[in-house]
Parts: sequence; structure tokens; C-alpha cells
Amino acid sequence: MFSIFQYSFIQNAFLAGSVVAVVGGFVGYFLITRGLTFAGHALSHIGFAGAAAALLIGIDPIFGMLAFTIIAGAGIGVFGKELREEDINIGIVMTLMLGLGALFIALYNGYAEQAYSILFGTILGISRTDVLITLIFGIATIVALTAIFRPLLFSSVDPEVAEARGVPVRALGIFFLILVAVAVSMSVEVVGVLLIFTLLVGPAAAAMRIVHNPLGAVATSIGLALAYTWLGIFLAATGSWPVTFYIATISFVVYLPVRLLTARR
Amino acid sequence: MNTFVELLQQSFIENAFMAGTLIAVVSAIIGYFVVLRAQAFAAHALSHVGFAGATFAALLGMSGLLGMSGFTVAAALGMGALGKRIRGRDVEIGMILSFALGLGVLFLRLYSNSSSETVSVLFGSILSVTQTDIILTLIFGIGTLMVLAAIFRPLLFSSIDPEVAEARGVPIKLLSIIFMFLLAITVAEAIQVVGVLLVFALIVAPAAAAQHLTRKPFSAIAISVGLGVAFTWGGLLLALATSWPVSFYIAALAAVTYFFAIKFGHLVHPHAPMELVHHVHPGKGVKVI
Repeated sequence: MFSIFQYSFIQNAFLAGSVVAVVGGFVGYFLITRGLTFAGHALSHIGFAGAAAALLIGIDPIFGMLAFTIIAGAGIGVFGKELREEDINIGIVMTLMLGLGALFIALYNGYAEQAYSILFGTILGISRTDVLITLIFGIATIVALTAIFRPLLFSSVDPEVAEARGVPVRALGIFFLILVAVAVSMSVEVVGVLLIFTLLVGPAAAAMRIVHNPLGAVATSIGLALAYTWLGIFLAATGSWPVTFYIATISFVVYLPVRLLTARR
Repeated sequence: MNTFVELLQQSFIENAFMAGTLIAVVSAIIGYFVVLRAQAFAAHALSHVGFAGATFAALLGMSGLLGMSGFTVAAALGMGALGKRIRGRDVEIGMILSFALGLGVLFLRLYSNSSSETVSVLFGSILSVTQTDIILTLIFGIGTLMVLAAIFRPLLFSSIDPEVAEARGVPIKLLSIIFMFLLAITVAEAIQVVGVLLVFALIVAPAAAAQHLTRKPFSAIAISVGLGVAFTWGGLLLALATSWPVSFYIAALAAVTYFFAIKFGHLVHPHAPMELVHHVHPGKGVKVI
């Protein structure tokens, strides 16, 4: 049963998956605190076009993804626009980006497989290079988040007071959205564009209902994200059902009772 | 050019145009109410549920349209039952959508390992819709139009001003449930043309663009239908001529038209308050009355 760990693709999956889970759990806490969960969703859809464009011009999809999401994230931050589901403009932009992604992938040979892996993740097929890229970006994101943790938390919880005390609220907001863009691009490798919520929001949403102090909630969120990812990869590697399905189901099955048992907001 | 004309005379192309046109008309009319009632996100959410339905149907070997409609109708009735409590629940809705997509991925894996199936559900495949689904599309589409015609006036009234409508004795709760039911069927139909991910292009974009151009309900619906049909025909023709995907063209035509309508809408109709059309419901989340 544990013999699967001797395969290098399993080791790669666990290594990259763990880094992504830590970043996702960490970033997710602030996404929820700042009311930006829909921004994460929108960024991942915009990233789809980037990943597909990268495939078309023959570079690693993660770089296309990073380029598109970072530009979009910075744009959202600079224009200070609040992203909400019912905003039709965002919906149309997302639709256009998905359409462009579909076009780029149609122009590229190997249409279906590539589209599938960007949309639903390919953690079990991740290459050594991608593991390395994930490690570098992941560690950079974790270091950056740790460095700005206190002012970011302050400005997320009470932006007015933070601003009055001289915290650069706006700059922090833009910088955070760039970190979200990186986190989204990395998470796509594990769960894909469409299920970004399961790693970026699911663990943090459950954690914040169980633990109320910030540090405890961040730690719980990271712990849950790691547990979902490890369990998902392990179950998928030993069975034949997809990783994405397992992670989405675990994320949902943990969140549901927590949501029902904790008091209403 | 001759070969292009011959291509258009093939039966699968005729089917695609026939089904596509009907779907565009129904989507554009339903879309008018979706925008008016600020339920754009409900349409988006239902399409994700449709993905699980389509893949489940593939697994059982039944009609894709029936599978999608079954799932979307069940979800729509659930949303209707929750009513206003859905508003502002971004995280909860996101979790349910992700779970639906995850289930879809599982059903697909159980059905086959074919990723081209997935892509056709996600991005549409009107050129390869089966004969059964074309017939079902016609029945569902005409049925939806007939129900809409029957409830048109009270639905319009209750969408524009629910409080006054209720005071006048309009059964707004019942109308809301019937509307969600029709929306669910329409989303399932639209998925066949543009796929789960681009449903916005057929249901929301034509109506939203139309509402930037006029405030009169009948003109807005007429413009919406005209745009929806134009996007669909344009998409099909361009796709046949160039072999790029139909849904890409429809999404691109829809987005360009929509942003053009925003930019120039106030010139055509200077009295339309931008805020109202732009952001129909200024609160948070989905408004389901």
C-alpha cells in the first residue's frame, strides 16, 4: 500500500502538492477575511487563457498562467474594484477569457488532453521542472506572506484604523492580489482552473469557523489543506478515481458539517 | 465558396442552425428576465451543476440534455426554496459548485477516459448534437416559450417591482419558482451550444447589452433576441469558414457587443440610469426572490 511512495511521480506529486497546500491554506485565510473569494475564482478563469496561450507558443503553461493572473490581479488591485458575482462586466470578461483559452487550445495540437489537464489539474503527471518552479514560487509566496503578515492582517480586519496608523493599506492590497495570482497559478497544477475553490477557499473557510484567533485559523487552514491534498493524492494513486474529485469531495465533506454546526454569521 | 454552400446544406449543419436559433431565442428572452432580476450568477451556478448532469447522463448512456435538465432543475428548485437566504453566500455557493464539478470529473472518469467528451461539455458541441437531443431541444424550447408567453405580464411586473406586484395580488413566489424552472431548462439547452463555461455569452450578454440600449421591455427583448441569434449564426458561420471553435466566436462576439453597448448605450438612450443596468442589484450575492 505504501509502496507507491517509491515512484518518482508520486514523490513529485506529494512534494508539489504540499507546497501548494501550504500556500493555498495561507492565502485562503486572507481571501476570506478580505472578501476576495470571487477574485480568486475570476483570476483562475483568466489564467486559463494564459495557460492555453503559453501552450500555443511552446512554453510551460505555468508561466502563461502567472503572467495573465499577475497582470489581472495587479489591475484589480490598482483600480480598487470590488469583484462580486453579480457584476455582469466581470462575468463577460471571464467568458471572453475562457473562450480565448478554448481557441488557443483548439489551435494547439492535443486539444482535449491539454484542456483537461489545465481545467482539472495534473498533479500526478507533474514534471521535475514544474516541481522546482512550484517550490521556488511557493517558498517566495510563503516568505512574502510571513513578512507582511501583521500589517496585512491589521489592514484586512480594520482598514480605516490601519490607514490612520500609517499602514500602507493600498500598497498591501495590491501586493496581496499579486500573491493571490501566484497562489492561483500554483493551485491549478493540483486541482485545475475550475476547482480552485477547493484548495484556496475550502480549507480556510472551514478553519475560520473552528478557530477564531488569526494565527490558529491560519495554522488550521494550512493543516486542512495539507490533509486534503495528501489524502486526495494518496487515494487517487491507490485507486483509479481522479485526484480532483477526491480533493473536491473531502473539501466539501469537511466544510458541510462545520458550516452546519457553527453559528450563523 | 461552392463547397461552403454545400457544407451548409449538410443535415448536421442544418440541425445545428435550427437548434442553435431556437436556443438563442429562448436564452435571449429568459436572459432579459435574468438581468432584470439580478440572477446572472444563478445562471452561472446552474451551468456548473449541468456539468455533473451531462457527465452523469453519459455514464448511464442517456440523452445529455435530459441529464443536464434533471440536475439543473433540481438545483434551481433548491435555490428557489432557499430564496433570499442565498444572497451573499459566496463561499457556500462556491463550495457547492466545486463539489458539482468534482462529481462531474468522477462521472467522466467512470464513463471513459476520453477528455474530448469533457471538452465538448465544457465548451459546447452544437455541431455534434445527436438527433434525439435536437428533437428534445425543440420540444423544451417551444415549451419554454409557451410558458413564458403565458406568464409574461405578471412575470415582468414582479421582476420590475416585486413589492407593488405582491401588494396587487401577483403570486410572486410561484412566479419565481416557475422562472427558476424555465431558467434551469434554458441553461441546459444553452450548454449544448456554448458549453458549461460560456453560458454567460448566450444567456446574459445579449440581454445585458440590450438593456444598455433601451429601457422599454419589449424593445429590449427584441434587441436581445436579435443579438442572441446574430451571435449564434455568426459563431456557426465563422466556425465553419475557419475551423476555430463555435463557442470562441460566440463568446468574442458577445463580449465585444456588450462592451460596445456600454460605451455607446448612453448616446442611444441618455436617460437610462447606468447604475441600474450596470449593477442591477447593488447588494451582495445572488438575489433570488
